[in-house]
Amino acid sequence: MSADPLATLGGSAPPRKNGELHFDEAWESRVFGITMSLHEAGAFAWGEFQAELIASIGAWERENGTSGVGFHYWARWLEAFERLAARKGLLKSAALDACVAQLAGRPAGWDHPV
Amino acid sequence: MAHDRDHDDEHGHDHAHGPRDPEAARLALRAEALEALLVERGVVRRENIDAIVARYENEIGPLNGARVVARAWSDAGFKRRLLADARTAIAELALPTGDAATPIVVVENTPGVHNVVVCTLCSCYPSSLLGLPPRWYKSPPYRARVVREPRAVLREFGLALPETTELRVWDSSAELRYMVLPERPAGSEGSSEAELVALVSRDALIGVALAGPPR
Repeated sequence: MSADPLATLGGSAPPRKNGELHFDEAWESRVFGITMSLHEAGAFAWGEFQAELIASIGAWERENGTSGVGFHYWARWLEAFERLAARKGLLKSAALDACVAQLAGRPAGWDHPV
Repeated sequence: MAHDRDHDDEHGHDHAHGPRDPEAARLALRAEALEALLVERGVVRRENIDAIVARYENEIGPLNGARVVARAWSDAGFKRRLLADARTAIAELALPTGDAATPIVVVENTPGVHNVVVCTLCSCYPSSLLGLPPRWYKSPPYRARVVREPRAVLREFGLALPETTELRVWDSSAELRYMVLPERPAGSEGSSEAELVALVSRDALIGVALAGPPR
């Protein structure tokens, strides 16, 4: 019997993502990829990241409620990852702040060569 | 809160062009710095990040879950094994079974019982079978409300169930992920397994829709 029933399904296959974009902005996919890459490399157990994510989301909701207005999932993910990375000694917040400042100092339009 | 399938496409963000709001720019810069530093230190490699993102964007999606369901509808023995030990049964289909540390439990809809899945604390989801969760699944309103008032939330998705149907809400966690086995649609008795796959949407696998022909 055919191992892959989809081989014959052709155009009627359901869209793999139900037509949805996972990421609104490129940075969201990068942070997701960084997190998964480090997890797959054994840098942390998934539960460790999960705990940070729960903490970040929980803190946001305690402050802003659960209406969802202003909620940005990947911002919470980024914050969670930063905390985990700091705790694991992968990256200190100060080093990240310094790098952010350096990148912010690039002249306007640096990424849009004429 | 619009819960229809179009909801996620309604965001009017002006993505890469035009003036960005300062918070969006701040986050993008922070993420860029994070990647630059971790790459520079040899902690991550850009190729790995690229590969993982591509895998989740192009390969892993609800099609995997749909194939599991179609097999369960077609093969009573497989269904029994799936409900008893989803991980082992899914491996029979040579589909990814996800992280061994977080078992998947498949919960079956029956004429009197409808199941729906949530992660109240964050965004736990059987990603190996369904891909990445949709935006609404991660949103505070869905997470807060589906436990409290599941019937109302399902109605907002366009799913009005009889008052006599028992609703079971399953809260996913870092230790356990749930996927719904929807009821096989009436009229699909003669359908092949491949045809059945096309009747199973992501939303049906989460429990906010029924299986059936795409609307």
